[in-house]
Amino acid sequence: MTLPVLILHVSGANRDAEAARACELAGGVPHIVHINQLRAGAFTLSDYGMLILPGGFSYGDALGAGVRQALDLRAYVHDQLHEFIASGKPVLGICNGFQTLVKAGLLPGDPDDENDQKPHGNPVGKRQVTLTYNDSGSFECRWVHLAVDQSTRADFLAKVDQPIFCPVAHGEGNFQVYNREALNRLEQNGLVAFRYIDASGNPAGGRYPLNPNGSVADIAGICNAAGNVLGLMPHPEDHVDPIQNPLGGKGRLGLSLFRAMIDSASG
Amino acid sequence: MATLRIEVTTQSDEGDPWIAGSARRLGVDSLQACRKSHLYFISSHKGESPSTEQLEKLCAFLLVDPVTETAKYSTLQRAETADGPGQHFSGEGVYVIEVALRPGVTDVAARELERGAAELGIRGLEAATATQYRLKGDLSQADLHTLARGLLCNDTIERYSLGPIDPPFGHSSAARDRVDRVHLAGLDEAELLQCSKERMLSLDAQEMKEIQSFYDEIGRAPTDVELETLAQTWSEHCVHKTFKSTIAFTQQSLSGHALQVEEIQGLLQTYIQAATEQVNRSWVRSAFVDDAGIIEFDDQYDLAFKVETHNHPSALEPFGGANTGIGGVVRDIIAVSARPIACTDVLCFGPQDLPQDELPAGVLHPARVADGVVAGIGDYGNKLGLPTVNGAVIYDEGYLGNPLVFCGAVGLLPKGSHPTQPREGDRIVVLGGRTGRDGIHGATFSSAELTQATHMESGSAVQIGDPITEKGLIELVEAARDGQLYNAITDCGAGGLSSAVGEMGEELGADIELQDVPLKYPGLTPWEIWLSEAQERMVMAVPNANLPRLQELADLWDVEMRDLGHFSGDGWLRVRYGGRAVAELPMSFLHDGLPLPRRTAHYPDRQGQVSSLQVPLEQAIAQTDAKEILLQMLSHPSVASKERIVRTYDHEVRGGTIGRPFVGPHMDGPADAAVLKPIGTWSHDRAFALSAGVNPLLGKRDCYAMAVSAVDEAFRNAVAVGADPDRIALLDNFCWGNPTLPDRLGALVRACQGCFDAATAYNAPFISGKDSLYNEFDGQPIPGTLLISAIGLVPDMRKVCTSNLKQPGNIIYLLGETREELGGSLLSHLQELDGGETPSMPSEPLKLYRALHSAMLLGLIQSCHDLSEGGLMVALAEMCIGGRLGARVDIGQVPGNKISHANVLLFSESNGRLLVEVAPRDADGFEATMAGLPIFKLGAVTPTENLVCLYGRLQLFSLPMQELVSAWKGNSVE
Repeated sequence: MTLPVLILHVSGANRDAEAARACELAGGVPHIVHINQLRAGAFTLSDYGMLILPGGFSYGDALGAGVRQALDLRAYVHDQLHEFIASGKPVLGICNGFQTLVKAGLLPGDPDDENDQKPHGNPVGKRQVTLTYNDSGSFECRWVHLAVDQSTRADFLAKVDQPIFCPVAHGEGNFQVYNREALNRLEQNGLVAFRYIDASGNPAGGRYPLNPNGSVADIAGICNAAGNVLGLMPHPEDHVDPIQNPLGGKGRLGLSLFRAMIDSASG
Repeated sequence: MATLRIEVTTQSDEGDPWIAGSARRLGVDSLQACRKSHLYFISSHKGESPSTEQLEKLCAFLLVDPVTETAKYSTLQRAETADGPGQHFSGEGVYVIEVALRPGVTDVAARELERGAAELGIRGLEAATATQYRLKGDLSQADLHTLARGLLCNDTIERYSLGPIDPPFGHSSAARDRVDRVHLAGLDEAELLQCSKERMLSLDAQEMKEIQSFYDEIGRAPTDVELETLAQTWSEHCVHKTFKSTIAFTQQSLSGHALQVEEIQGLLQTYIQAATEQVNRSWVRSAFVDDAGIIEFDDQYDLAFKVETHNHPSALEPFGGANTGIGGVVRDIIAVSARPIACTDVLCFGPQDLPQDELPAGVLHPARVADGVVAGIGDYGNKLGLPTVNGAVIYDEGYLGNPLVFCGAVGLLPKGSHPTQPREGDRIVVLGGRTGRDGIHGATFSSAELTQATHMESGSAVQIGDPITEKGLIELVEAARDGQLYNAITDCGAGGLSSAVGEMGEELGADIELQDVPLKYPGLTPWEIWLSEAQERMVMAVPNANLPRLQELADLWDVEMRDLGHFSGDGWLRVRYGGRAVAELPMSFLHDGLPLPRRTAHYPDRQGQVSSLQVPLEQAIAQTDAKEILLQMLSHPSVASKERIVRTYDHEVRGGTIGRPFVGPHMDGPADAAVLKPIGTWSHDRAFALSAGVNPLLGKRDCYAMAVSAVDEAFRNAVAVGADPDRIALLDNFCWGNPTLPDRLGALVRACQGCFDAATAYNAPFISGKDSLYNEFDGQPIPGTLLISAIGLVPDMRKVCTSNLKQPGNIIYLLGETREELGGSLLSHLQELDGGETPSMPSEPLKLYRALHSAMLLGLIQSCHDLSEGGLMVALAEMCIGGRLGARVDIGQVPGNKISHANVLLFSESNGRLLVEVAPRDADGFEATMAGLPIFKLGAVTPTENLVCLYGRLQLFSLPMQELVSAWKGNSVE
């Protein structure tokens, strides 16, 4: 039960080492691989059991968070990435990785639209969700509480039995939808994975700073219809040991998410 | 040639309320709303516009978010873009201002657009970006210019237009190989100085004469490349001549009589390095030799720490100045082969509420400076993935024309992994960003004073950073170090290649070809290439055989690398352009030819100075309402919560932040120091602490006392979170005025003497330091400011202490001696009192700190907080706020030396003091551990949320939590 986990590094990725530590503690075998190595064929995605797109500022987020990395995925690893996802193996995008999956049209994904995930098609024009600038207008670093949405299609989240307490650190984490129907579709199809809550478990209800960025319906993370691609803005990899907890508690570890994903993939 | 213009606007944007608020400050009240759009300009090298299909692709994949944004295209012919009158008015009371970067300023978005287009199969595009502001309101032409200049555009790096801006493509000039000879022969002193001034060399008459006679001897005139190289190498910024010069120092009485005269053979050697030598700590790996100080961390790793300043660039372009300040200090860490793991920042600004009409000409408003600096620090540190964990922000009118930006960085390196000896024949390899005309003359510019005209003259000295290129360097250098691919490494900081190659090749000599330097754009003359301070570049000495392996790593990490020449072994610096030598200098003259100046310093002894005020100090103190003054202190900008700033920095990244900037159940109480656990070292419980001590208010009164207090504060802060007092190293950063003026230099001497006395008293070595001099604006110096930064080993991260009160019923002890020391205190400042004794050296501070540390390791301390600005009451209030718990204390029996009034006990700023919280069950153990030391049982933590202060049976005040919180946090969060 030693799952090989590929942690993808593109220029500007920076929480890859913490993600690797979280994987190790959760029983996986992490391997940080630069996208140039995947391009060159030095490593192949299908040799791994799980993929993580870590946090960071890919290409400095110069044209919007995750935009350039999303294009890289299409241009360089499109086919192997789609095979990986289609095979049902878990993919986790954290912060910049989440932004990338959204901007690439992989989250929440659109199974009805063949065209959606072609490398040089016109998918983004149809994209209905995004991550945009925080309501506060600035980067925010603070700890938040997260609850798993009970209707989520990401089945492995059933093993995350406590809320997760972990930091956010982002300027563009405000989850927004094109219109009300787009939100309804997400909620009705079980594509919402995490929401911001208060310490006692009540919905954040849009209250700042419990909901640190103004995300619609307190959405902190979403998944695809198959439930194997998951993205979230907060950083569960920064709370894998109780000593990291600013309030001194023992539970609510972000590690539980890594355990759940690695266990399900090793299963 | 046709150019496409794409306007991308956020759909539901209600405008930026910050801009309207700032407009009012500028006196423009009629601005109702301001909407911002991104502008992209695209043209093709081949002269054809992209097709509609290509354009749609660019928008869909790179430029427009379909959920939140819309785009508008237009095609521009060059002739149509003239800034005609009336074009800025688009009807319905909406005016347009467009702002673009000046040619040559780093534009990362344009570069990524070009790269992204290439990935989409659209090649040969040239891209540029700009920002459009649509302003609503009844605005006059004059209002629009005021808003543009005062708010939206910084003339140093940007230009603006009312209405459509010319696409900011630039720099189409051809290659320039021009090298001038500068004739110095026969020039008299005045003419030499004139030459130095015209070329912005910042060399004085003696130095110019030395250069003149050198070239007289070899019988030719210097080239401009040589003269620039000498000016850079000999600049205050690079060689620190003030700290090495001989100083005739006179201690004067207040009436100007000489009390004592001494000759000091170099401040650095006499006071700073001498302290390090005297305390002689075995765990110091490198002090004052490398680009950063290095200490031992564990069996496997060492820690490197460096603090730099970036004051003048931040005064002119706050975002870019602070941005590249972080970039620069992080490269200092890379330059000792370490992996950067954390940042610190200490900032000094003018008053944020300064009325616009009191702003001196040529100065950016302090609020604009602060906003830009904070954004610049966050942008760079966050994008590098480094936690910004410790710092301070100080507001004082003395920093109005010359803000201070101290940037620090820490790195981790395996023991013995930093090679420092280039070998003959090693290739000189430059890595990282390309070279442009940015940052020319930074080294000499920082060695001159700011004036009203500096904004216009020194634009080229300011740059914008590109953190992602630097991130690539971090990864590449770590891999190259582990592969042992280089023999020496340094960063391209001030002085650019000239400084990097000149220093690295000091022993061997170097032969270098400037035509091989990768350029951002053509048109740079040889001396500009040589001196450019373009960011994100490192230089390595690489054995020929290792070049292919290094190239592989550079390709992997997307870093550009170029072989420029070799270390020759003949002791000469030879700089070529297209094979032709444009500089030929013996390294010996370059590095040893500088005539060290002899300087004069004097300092008035203020001891015993009588207050000049009508009301005697004692009486004024007695009349002070303690409750009111405490609330005033808590809301003073330098004391109040900095949460609004600090939360814009990522302090969690790398997952090792054990001691955070904010503590307590609401995560908003102030911490004394940061505690960090490096990735890769989780197999043991050792961590390290970072802290700072800085107090310019005190320096205004007595620089010696400032130095002693800064050392004590930094040291005490580190001890307060759990650092071992016998494993703390110090960094000194002096920001001072013009050192050629005896009063400025005299104060600097006193500060250095304080550093020596304090460091030796605490047995703490200085491991690195930096001075930034000539911090003056129009002849007015900043308050001499000494920042002491400390890095200390925390033996057990599970025993780290925080400052918030934990449990009602626990006992609160005051540690250390309180003296009547209100000179230079916050109380004196707020009450505009002059005179009084300044804080002095505590007696046997190390003994107290060692005992406290033992108590912490025994688990006897529930919380701990240091006493600094505002003294006892501010510290106690902060502990209450952090824990949202009250306290009841009685100061009636506090032992005090010559205390004239209760208020002295409350607000005196004596050094060496801390407050600790101890559980009743641990009280005996704690008191036994502290036996024989000055500790005093002050009171207890209470369940009621009031801070109650008694003097015996008399209640001095009782303050409810809400009042404390709102004074300290203002109207910010919660």
